Amino acid sequence: MTERGDDRLLLVKDLCKSYGGLNALAGVCLDVRLGEVHAVVGENGAGKSTLMKILGGAIRRDSGTVFFKGHEVEFHTPHDSIRAGISVIHQELSVLPKMSIIENIYMGRMPSVMGGVPWKRLEKRTIELLGQVGLDINPHLQMNDLSISQRQLVEIAKALSKDSSLIIMDEPNSSLSEHETDTLFALIRSLKERGVSVVYVSHKIEEVLRISDRVTAFKDGAYVGTVESASATVDDIIRMMIGRELTREYVPNSSHGPVLLKVKGLSGGGFEDVSFELGRGEVLCFAGLVGAGRSETMRALFGADPIRAGEIEFEGRRTRFSSPKQALQNGFAMVQEDRKRLSLFMNLDIMANIGMAQLPRIRRGLAVDRARLRELSQRFFAALSIKARSAYQAVRDLSGGNQQKVVLARWLATNPKILILDEPTHGIDIGAKSEIYDLIRRLAGEGVSIILISSELPEVIAMADRAVVMHEGRVAATLPRGEITEHTIMSYATGNIGGKPR
Amino acid sequence: MGAKVERGIEDGPGNLRGALSRLFQVREMGVFIALVVLVCLMSFASPYFLRPLNLFNITRGMSNIGIMSIGITMVIITGGIDLSVGSLLAVSGMLTARLMYGGMMPWLAVACGLGLGLGFGLVNGLIITKVKVTPFITTLGMLSIGRGLSYVFATGLQGAVASNIPMRDPGVNFLGGGYIGPVPFPVVEMVALVLAFSWFLGNTVLGRQIYAVGSNEDAARLSGVNVDRVKIFSYATTGILCGLAGIMSGGLLSTAATNAGEGNELDVIAAVVIGGTSLAGGEGSIIGAVIGAAIMAVIRNAFVMLHLPVFLQTISIGVVIILAVAFDSLRRGKRR
Repeated sequence: MTERGDDRLLLVKDLCKSYGGLNALAGVCLDVRLGEVHAVVGENGAGKSTLMKILGGAIRRDSGTVFFKGHEVEFHTPHDSIRAGISVIHQELSVLPKMSIIENIYMGRMPSVMGGVPWKRLEKRTIELLGQVGLDINPHLQMNDLSISQRQLVEIAKALSKDSSLIIMDEPNSSLSEHETDTLFALIRSLKERGVSVVYVSHKIEEVLRISDRVTAFKDGAYVGTVESASATVDDIIRMMIGRELTREYVPNSSHGPVLLKVKGLSGGGFEDVSFELGRGEVLCFAGLVGAGRSETMRALFGADPIRAGEIEFEGRRTRFSSPKQALQNGFAMVQEDRKRLSLFMNLDIMANIGMAQLPRIRRGLAVDRARLRELSQRFFAALSIKARSAYQAVRDLSGGNQQKVVLARWLATNPKILILDEPTHGIDIGAKSEIYDLIRRLAGEGVSIILISSELPEVIAMADRAVVMHEGRVAATLPRGEITEHTIMSYATGNIGGKPR
Repeated sequence: MGAKVERGIEDGPGNLRGALSRLFQVREMGVFIALVVLVCLMSFASPYFLRPLNLFNITRGMSNIGIMSIGITMVIITGGIDLSVGSLLAVSGMLTARLMYGGMMPWLAVACGLGLGLGFGLVNGLIITKVKVTPFITTLGMLSIGRGLSYVFATGLQGAVASNIPMRDPGVNFLGGGYIGPVPFPVVEMVALVLAFSWFLGNTVLGRQIYAVGSNEDAARLSGVNVDRVKIFSYATTGILCGLAGIMSGGLLSTAATNAGEGNELDVIAAVVIGGTSLAGGEGSIIGAVIGAAIMAVIRNAFVMLHLPVFLQTISIGVVIILAVAFDSLRRGKRR
């Protein structure tokens, strides 16, 4: 079959890929025009990331055809794909942690002048690239020293440096703050003006509609349809993705109890003088920009990082945990933000992952009580509707949303009094997201106190009984329910009002 | 299921079916078949190979490596490495012999030898976890220290260099040289320890935490695992097992030698790796390591039985190490 010389840059037809009997792609189609921003949406395991990996040459297709610039292509390695003019920014970042930003951007295609690397020239070029993505940082910094969102922006800068004709962004803004997202969008628009096509994979439908020309939806590895963004509504897209509508409105929480946790003047690495109170069965949201010190505060509270000063009163007693183990024994649980790095045991099975925090409490003599462990993990497997072949599957084979559910299950299994959730819906699809929201409400109803760190304003607005807004490591405001609006949160989070002067 | 997954929590060798399914899991099956093939080939090549005496010689010969590989498997699963095992074997055996020679009650001397192995292992663990020196460097240093100390125990700080100290006590020597019926006692010890520690790794909280630490150390800590304790335990256990191996090897030869166990660290690591344990941590099994040790022992025996040149033996063991890991890597590659 030959294609006409039309304005299509990329045409994907009936692409299939299966992993050990499980179909990741079962006939997926996609066409991208020149200079178009084309969004791809879909639930957990809909096949978006798999398609992007095939296009990026990271994995091989089983069947189907791909046309790029009018020619049929098959990429065997990432290098093939890059040479053809495709850059993929993968969801799971592929950075060299101990090397500088410059080296990360130019790795694999370092120029050499008389056998040496022209560092000055690369430095200058890197600063320009970083400027384009709105980063004003030293290009000699190691990737290690950057926050997740900064690393993401560096990856985007790297894609820019390749002068590709198609840039694929897989969940590019899952860890970006609203402000950084705006910068990213401005950048995408300027790419478009230069005739570069962008495939934008995301769960954030409002933003997808804002930035894209057309939207293609996948479901269960198959093509559902493509619509013009200008004429589509959020509900249209959601219906395409999951075939049901979502309500995301705040439900008043009447089960507020007395104060369970009092934090006074807590200081440590990245946060200063943080005070707040948490009631039994309350959902307390921590809002703010990425890097405002919210995760750092909670990690210190949980005993994972040292505390420099301040007091913690839990159930009326002064406490301070020197290790996560102690926090766990006292009824604290914390779902970390970076689930791959800080939460999951990739090569262990789902059951081991769910049971890990509970092992010392489910034993008979020396041995782990297998019957109880199986019962425990099966219960959460079902309760959180984790999609997998069985509880014996390795978590590395699960999609992001299901991995997150496994992490949640681990902590729910500990029966916590206080559950700290750090960006629990980060990078997962809308279906799994609403399940997690329902779960949070149900837990609060059962008297579990919840601290929810979230950079997504709609999430804060839908979930928070009260909200603490942080700015540059300090509490800028504590907002009662009535004052939680996008406007107030953003004003405090960006330091435009409030915030203690230094 | 093609994927290689750690699932020891569910089907450890707690019941017969579990034991069988564990034995036939993908991981150990490959090396096990390799061992069976090797044994079959040898039984055709030499009529003496399958005789009980020869088989017991092979298993007795590998028992030291087998016992030390139990500890080092745990260390490697946590993501660490222990290069000091051969030296710990020598220094523990030497201390035991020296104390016995000096008139100490034999079993008390044995306790001191085991205690020294344990002490060295604990120090390894403490330096690695508390001072945060990498395992490679810590145990490389300990390799030197242990070996040097075995000379000190043999000779004292002055005087003529002694390289052997006699070790003569029927009871203690039984550990390394005794027989129960036709079965060498070291083989009994090895089998018992392998079974006990396999059960331990698969079924106890600490055993499972060893896998968790190697799989993702940060996640383990944040899930309430005392990571330092898990690591120290692994190194300390390796230390005491090396101590036992040292006393056994002294017992077998009725003498403790300063050069005992020299180069054993590489044999032990090779056994573990042939058995399918990844040096990256998070996966592996003791059964696999022992099968790996058996493969090496059979190859060594084959060269003796078939009167082949010794240097070819070394080469073929090298080939086996690379082949084993290459097969493993190819099998994994299919997942992509």
